[in-house]
Amino acid sequence: MGVAKYIKDERGQIKEVTYQSGIRIKPSYGPEDLEQAGFSYEKDLGAPGEYPFTRSLHPQSYRSRAWTTRQYTGFGTPEETNERFKLMIANGQNGLNVAFDLPTQMGYDSDHPLAQGEVGRVGMAIDSLKDFETAFAGIPLDRIGSGLTINAVATIMMAMYQAVAEKFGYAKDQISTTPQNDILKEMIGRGAWIYPVEHGVRLVGDSIEYAVKELPKSNPVSICGYHIRESGATPAQEIAYAFEIARAYIDNVTARGIEPKDFVGRFSFNFNVYGNMWEQIAKFRAARKLWAKMLKTEYGVTDKKKLFLRGLFGGGGSGLTKEQPENNIMRGAYYALGAALSGAQTTALCSFDEAYTIPTPRSALLSLRTLELLMDEVGMRDTVDPLAGSYFVETLTLEMEEKILEEMKEVQSLGGMVKCIGSGLIQRKVSKQAYEFEKGLQAGVYKKVGQSSALTDKISESDPDHKPETKSGQTNVELHAYNEEWAEKSKANLKEVRATRNNREVSDSLSALEKAAKGSDNVMPHLVKCCHAYATVGEMAGVFREIFGEWNEPDFY
Amino acid sequence: MENRIRVLIAKPGLDGHDKGAKIVALALRDAGFEVIYSGLHQTLEQIIAAATQEAVDVIGLSIMSGAHLPICRKLLSMMMEKNLADIRLVVGGVIPFQDIPALKQMGVSAIFPGGTSFEDINTGMKALFDPER
Repeated sequence: MGVAKYIKDERGQIKEVTYQSGIRIKPSYGPEDLEQAGFSYEKDLGAPGEYPFTRSLHPQSYRSRAWTTRQYTGFGTPEETNERFKLMIANGQNGLNVAFDLPTQMGYDSDHPLAQGEVGRVGMAIDSLKDFETAFAGIPLDRIGSGLTINAVATIMMAMYQAVAEKFGYAKDQISTTPQNDILKEMIGRGAWIYPVEHGVRLVGDSIEYAVKELPKSNPVSICGYHIRESGATPAQEIAYAFEIARAYIDNVTARGIEPKDFVGRFSFNFNVYGNMWEQIAKFRAARKLWAKMLKTEYGVTDKKKLFLRGLFGGGGSGLTKEQPENNIMRGAYYALGAALSGAQTTALCSFDEAYTIPTPRSALLSLRTLELLMDEVGMRDTVDPLAGSYFVETLTLEMEEKILEEMKEVQSLGGMVKCIGSGLIQRKVSKQAYEFEKGLQAGVYKKVGQSSALTDKISESDPDHKPETKSGQTNVELHAYNEEWAEKSKANLKEVRATRNNREVSDSLSALEKAAKGSDNVMPHLVKCCHAYATVGEMAGVFREIFGEWNEPDFY
Repeated sequence: MENRIRVLIAKPGLDGHDKGAKIVALALRDAGFEVIYSGLHQTLEQIIAAATQEAVDVIGLSIMSGAHLPICRKLLSMMMEKNLADIRLVVGGVIPFQDIPALKQMGVSAIFPGGTSFEDINTGMKALFDPER
């Protein structure tokens, strides 16, 4: 997905350009376009740092502070992840972005039969508080914030983060964590869901309510248009669906008697950056504006800071190609340029080898350096929103706003996001789009450089280092190796935890958790107690499995 | 009227990245196959049960996690045990080139690493049932 559709004449001249979101692009733009779109500086832009924040959240933007970089990190055992965390921090990274292995994401302990072969493979394996103690040892949790890429069991990991901080002597009001905690997007794409839709949303609601009351510096939910886009959504749908998901969570929490103004300021987002650069820039500028408008007009939020569309704009995974992976270094740099021109507050970049493997230390550092280059050498910190006032960019931003609103209205007219996901409607729609795009790519309607083109093959054949495997999409990427010993080590740790903990305390805390889950009490305080007692992730998630059951995925066609 | 080839597209294990599985399912359906999609988080036992119940001719696994070798080995031995050896097993996903010979040797009929065109998958699948072969 990602690139625009170009129609050319027989001489190769471009006749028609259509972006993924369905916007046709003209050969040139002028003042008449802005006039026709009804553009007004005050209404549509405003000063940087002022409502509706199209230009920037902060008056000085990158002048006051360069973007925060959060490369996605975590693999193998907590020991190894801890080493990588320290490496990234020593190299200037100022926040962590933690990856968990699949058994942890799905609420299974390392010794569960379904965990076989998966322990530590795509992230670190966490079974109990003991593993968090190892993973976060020596990390100043009052200064470094941690994004936790976890969804179905986000409540458990958030509780465990509080527990580990308390164990290390930090107070819960000093720590800052952002669990991803967006279960609805897992159901559209990425697939790490466990419980049925309504129970999944209830858990998200519990964590938001808890954060409002107990964790003042934490951001309980990070809504991910990112994965929705990776699954086949257009950039306009990416934003629209994320905002409609946010609406579903807002509704859940307000139904508990908490006002939007008391929690929406804690929402953050995760959006993608691959594809046509102008479309991305317009998308982000329009999104900042629409989010602020939605909160202000529909939810009565007035406090400026609570209207900010905060989040990570980065990644770009689906834009990368398996063929000629070195091209992804340049591709990533342009994605990052688009993010910088959009005023991304926090960013991260997929590494060039990610179509093959978890990034090696070398490729992860290359991504970090790419991001630094833009800030320190290229000039992205010089002035706020440098594209403001461009006939093209402003027209496109307004058109993008329209497209996003159309998509949002469609979801609302179909009964809202919970309903649309429960019935599988959104999933079917994005899968179909992904299929159509892939067909277009294979038929040459869309073009990606270095991918299955005649030119590629020619270069490969004339390249003295060319190996036959290059053509079938393989190349000399240094692979991040999976180590079978990780699983053994995790299992041994788990066994020791089970043998040395106070099992009475464990069963008491799990019973209290069960009671809360069955009723309507917030599960979070109970989870914190379970974590302190060294209950395992599998035990806690198992309590929920027992009570909530598992989701039956709707048919997708 | 020729019987359509019945295919079960299945996602074994915990990985939830199902875009590849879904678009291949759509492509095969458009190419005239009868396609059943398993949904996510399937155990090998569930896949065997679905394949039996749906009387499929092919099981197509989509594996992104890197665990394709042990998964295919285990599934093939389970298929032998259940007398399902006439069902063809094919696999797609993140499959490193160097693992292809090992997969073929253990009895995987065809391997379609990420990036294989729909046309190649279609031709490869039909070739499995070509009596001339």
